[in-house]
Parts: sequence; structure tokens; C-alpha cells
Amino acid sequence: MLTETNVMDRYFLDCRCALLEVAAIMDRLPSSDAACAADERLRLLRQAIAILADPGAGPDRAERILHLMSDPIG
Amino acid sequence: MYYIQPHYHGISRTTEDYERMAHAGVVAVAEPSFWAGFDRHHPQTFLDYFRQISEFEPTRAAQYGIRHFCWIAVNPKEAENVSLAREVIASMPAFLDRPTVLGIGEIGLNKNSANELKVFREQMELAIRCNQLVLIHTPHLRDKLKGTKLTLDLLRELRADPARVWIDHVEEHTIKAVLDAGYWAGMTLYPTTKMSTSRAVDMLERYGIDRLLVNSSADWGPSSPSTLYDCAMEYRRRGHTEQELIDVFHNNPVRFLRQNPKWDIGLLGLTTV
Repeated sequence: MLTETNVMDRYFLDCRCALLEVAAIMDRLPSSDAACAADERLRLLRQAIAILADPGAGPDRAERILHLMSDPIG
Repeated sequence: MYYIQPHYHGISRTTEDYERMAHAGVVAVAEPSFWAGFDRHHPQTFLDYFRQISEFEPTRAAQYGIRHFCWIAVNPKEAENVSLAREVIASMPAFLDRPTVLGIGEIGLNKNSANELKVFREQMELAIRCNQLVLIHTPHLRDKLKGTKLTLDLLRELRADPARVWIDHVEEHTIKAVLDAGYWAGMTLYPTTKMSTSRAVDMLERYGIDRLLVNSSADWGPSSPSTLYDCAMEYRRRGHTEQELIDVFHNNPVRFLRQNPKWDIGLLGLTTV
């Protein structure tokens, strides 16, 4: 089982790279575009980022984000 | 290290992929029926495709020392055309006796439409009548959660034998329901989208390796057979033994596929001499 140190040692740079990619994509959004602000996909992305940033989250962030991005079942 | 690539669409790949897989230690592939890249208009087109994957494609793989098996089905993407699908389904039993055909697949859902569900049901009923192994495709992206639930509901209604059903393309939000219901669960790896090699290893560690299969995406879009051995590398890097790797990447496909007696590749075990 990986320890916290192992995870950071092995995956910090990968994680940093992935976050920078996300940041860069968000930076490409025109800040003054009202349609963009109303885009459901953008709302989903911001909610997903909030899940990542949640300090109380358990080891289920990926699952929660997939649920967020899924069509409702009922 | 020896691998089995249990879900591989060889007709969409060049021989370079077979060569690289052979170098990496892949000893066998199993090729499910899938979308041609365009919607077919005639039942005979499907039947010629079944001939291609059961007659010609094994010869291509054999040039690299790789055994080739296949599955036949009307794939979920083309299941929207119910009348065409029914004509194909009526001809499928004749192919089930071919020496490298392992079962019916990949069937399932793409957009969770009513027509897709009809064709899925009819192919499941055929599989149960003919005592065939089944490989099921769950939808990608936003359709996957609902599609997996619809799949499990249908299988429960038809009383499918879970041991003989492989539900593929599971992810973190669908894997538990599939495993808890007793089915085999497959994880399909992509280089840049959907399930990654690291996340697949997370799932292997979280749920244990029983009834879990790992396969590369290898189709018309961005995909690479090497994700299979990249995943093995990640598994090894996390401290798992060579026997554990063989159990996941060779023996688990054997355990599922040998339920069809045509599959004649056995389990491997490491011993020291």
C-alpha cells in the first residue's frame, strides 16, 4: 500500500502537470463572455475542482466527479 | 512476462501493433465485434465482418506468434437499427461453432436508447439459449452510470449466470455494482481519456483481483495496446510480485475465457528452479 510520502514522491510532478493543463484550459476562457459563464459544462468543471479542493474528501474524489459528470439514473 | 489482451479490435490496427505486442509478451488476443467506423446498411456486411475476424485476422496475428480469438455480435452503436440487427442476429448461431469464436460480444448500450435495449435483450436471450459467454460494452462518459444500471437490471431480469458475463469499461462509479452482483468487470485503458493505467491499478488494489480484467483500448480512435503493459509496469512499481502480475494480466483472462472449451491456453505459475 502506498504511503502519503510514496504518493507525493511518485505523483507530485504528474499531478502538478495535470493541474497546470486544467489551469491553462480555464485561462483560455474569455472572461467577458456571458454565454461562457452560463455554460453548464463550466459549472460542472468548477464543481469538480471544488471536489478536488475539499480538505474533508475521502479516497473517492474520482468516483464523486464521475457521478457529477453522469446523466441522472432515474 | 506473458500477457493476454482480452479485448482488442485487430482489424482497426496495423501489423506494427501485433509486432510490438509480441515483443512485449502478448501471447493471445480476443477480438469482440464492433462498429466499422460507419453504420453498416446490409446484414451481409456484418456476416462478412464475422468471417474477417474469425478467418483472416487469426492469420495476421499468427505471423507474430499471437493466438487470435473472437466474439460475434451486433455492437451497441449499430443497435439503433432494430430490423437490420434482427436479420444479423438470426444469422449469428451459424458462426458460434467456428473454432475461434468464444461467445457473443460486445453487446450492450451506447446511448441507452429503447432500440439499443431491445437489441441488447435479444442478443442476451440468444446467448443464454446457446449457453454462450457474453461480453458487454457499457456506455462511455455521461451515459455510463445509467447504462450500467440498465445493464444490471436486464441481466437480473434474464437471470444471466454472472460467472459467464463480463461487463467491460467499468470506472470508479460503476465497478462496485458490477462486482457486487457477481459479474466479471473489465477496465479499458486509454492513453489520454477515460480510464488510465494508474486508476486501473488503484481499482485492482482497492477491490482485489478476483473477477477483474484489464485491457487496452485498441480501435479507430486514440488508443494504444501498450497501455496494457504500461499498467503492468505501474502494478509492478507499486510492489506487486511477478506472480501477481501474471495472475492479473494473463491468468484472469484465462479464468474467464476458458469457460469456453475452445480456449486452450492454460494458467501460468512461476516456480524457482
